[in-house]
Amino acid sequence: MMNNCSDLTQKYYRDGKLPHIWCPGCGHGILLNALVRAIDNLGLDKDNVCVVSGIGCSSRATGYIDFNTLHTTHGRAIAYATGVKHANPDMTVIVVTGDGDCSAIGGNHLIHACRRNIDITTICFNNNIYGMTGGQFSPTTPTGDFATTAPHGNVDRTFDLCSLAQGAGATYVGRATAYHATQLTTLIENGIKNKGFSFIEGISVCPTNYGRKNKKGDSVKMLTYLKDNCIDKKIADKKPELVENKIIIGELYNNPSPEYTECYKTIIDKFQD
Amino acid sequence: MSNSKYKLAQGNEACIEGAIAAGMRFFAGYPITPSTELAELSAKNLPKVGGKFLQMEDELASMAAVIGGSCAGLKSMTATSGPGFSLMQENLGYACLAEIPCVIVNVQRGGPSTGLPTSPSQGDVMQAKWGTHGDHPAIALTPGSVQETYEFIGTAFNLAEKYRTPVVYLMDETIGHMREKLMVKDPSEIEQLHRVKPTCEPKEFVQYDDKFMDEKTMVHPLPAFGTGYRIHITGLTHDKTGFPTNDNEVSGKLVERLCDKVEKNIDDFSYYEEYKLEDAEEAVIAFGGVSRSAKQAVIELRNEGKKVGMFRPITIWPLLEKQIIDLAKKVKRIYVAEMNLGQYFYEVQRVASNYCEVVLISKVTGELITPNEIKQRVNGGK
Repeated sequence: MMNNCSDLTQKYYRDGKLPHIWCPGCGHGILLNALVRAIDNLGLDKDNVCVVSGIGCSSRATGYIDFNTLHTTHGRAIAYATGVKHANPDMTVIVVTGDGDCSAIGGNHLIHACRRNIDITTICFNNNIYGMTGGQFSPTTPTGDFATTAPHGNVDRTFDLCSLAQGAGATYVGRATAYHATQLTTLIENGIKNKGFSFIEGISVCPTNYGRKNKKGDSVKMLTYLKDNCIDKKIADKKPELVENKIIIGELYNNPSPEYTECYKTIIDKFQD
Repeated sequence: MSNSKYKLAQGNEACIEGAIAAGMRFFAGYPITPSTELAELSAKNLPKVGGKFLQMEDELASMAAVIGGSCAGLKSMTATSGPGFSLMQENLGYACLAEIPCVIVNVQRGGPSTGLPTSPSQGDVMQAKWGTHGDHPAIALTPGSVQETYEFIGTAFNLAEKYRTPVVYLMDETIGHMREKLMVKDPSEIEQLHRVKPTCEPKEFVQYDDKFMDEKTMVHPLPAFGTGYRIHITGLTHDKTGFPTNDNEVSGKLVERLCDKVEKNIDDFSYYEEYKLEDAEEAVIAFGGVSRSAKQAVIELRNEGKKVGMFRPITIWPLLEKQIIDLAKKVKRIYVAEMNLGQYFYEVQRVASNYCEVVLISKVTGELITPNEIKQRVNGGK
């Protein structure tokens, strides 16, 4: 296990691929580092890890990290990852996706991967906006907030992705933020350890395309907001009166269930001598 | 001694038997008429050989999973029909650009949109070439019998592996649901090509470096995930390292190489049948199910004393330009009979009309063109 950030960078980031393209103040680097730290803590073999991403700010992550990486089409990362995992169940398969990528265009793939309970860990870098295309509203943009395609305020209702994943059958669900990076690392570790579909929402900050338009201040102010407005599930369960207007973080659901590729293997095994 | 066996089989059944015999070990699909048997038989038979079947939530996911399966090293395939083929186009384009070997079977049905689900058509000829966006290579094969469906699905896999590209297997409902005698070959008689894998140390491997490229096929080695190479695969335009670039020269060269590797190697996979063309004054070009009617029409016209022959492309993309021009120079008239409004006809006309007359025999009612309909047109009728 490594504590030093530059050691982690040397070990897990690709030579010559930094600096990244993310804007100053973006939370995605913290989230990616949480993923790398989780992989390091678990002591996984780099050759045996496959990270798959779709399209959007989050999905450029695969270019920077030194694993088997697959940067796919918009919304389809989980479907590609399903192919990789089913073809080679020995591989640790992780999806890095964004809020639009996994819940708008890729919503169908997300819910069916949850239902299948295939052993993939999906980490949604949720910055509440379509950042790469310049600030259009996403399914997680809060109602009433502004975006380039919601210039008069967003009338769409907001998606709770963790509830969606749990409802669709994911067997491990957790949420943390770019402020709660250590907790996020633990959740990702647990998600990878869960033999089944794990969904981890990592709330990011986008000062450039979301924060500025909604007068949320700079990155520090947005991270401070996350610090002050999140409540851990364990506390929330004991003191429901504290929950109002708060974001619930922590391990939200953990209920292991038979995993897809293992179930399929029993079919293959029937035909072996 | 050959251990080949004979059986009565449907085209769709022959397709899966041939695919598994050719090494297909991964199938992801979504059921759609008239290709459904391909998914059903994959589900039934793949686990018997240690292969994997996945029923995905839709065709977008099916094509995505097929690419994932191929990246993990398995020979991968999906099957669909027109409406599903439309949905696959996005990721088919990805497979073209990222050069991921895979096979897409399209058992064509009638009409645009949901059209005529249980009726034959050949309406996806152009879509097989130009369905996805941008300039990209296209290899498409079109079998004309149950036996050929079995044989050429193996060719489709071999071409996909050799040229690192998706290959479209363009069937039609007539062939897919027709039952004929099928000779199932002994596995030892089936040629299997495999993608080239890097042999150098992972540290020395540069994905698209010319020094690793096969000069003839213009293809680079492709390691499977999990074998130590830790490559980055992307649908973005990439440089020799495999990482995204906006360099204009690199972008242009990439797309040109992708197209050249197919177009310039066409002699390697120009499959076709010539029937009674030696002394022919007129020729019928037909493929897939329609070729069955065309052959019968040629037989009957010959009996009437007319010098007619048939040219049947099996490789439907890229266009068999050389063979069609040679034919056009020899005959005074070419009829193109197809179950669409002239998709292949316009291509034939493009290359042949300088040398001979080109006439379309078309039918889009969801029925096979009959031998009589071809005969009537050749005999001067409408």
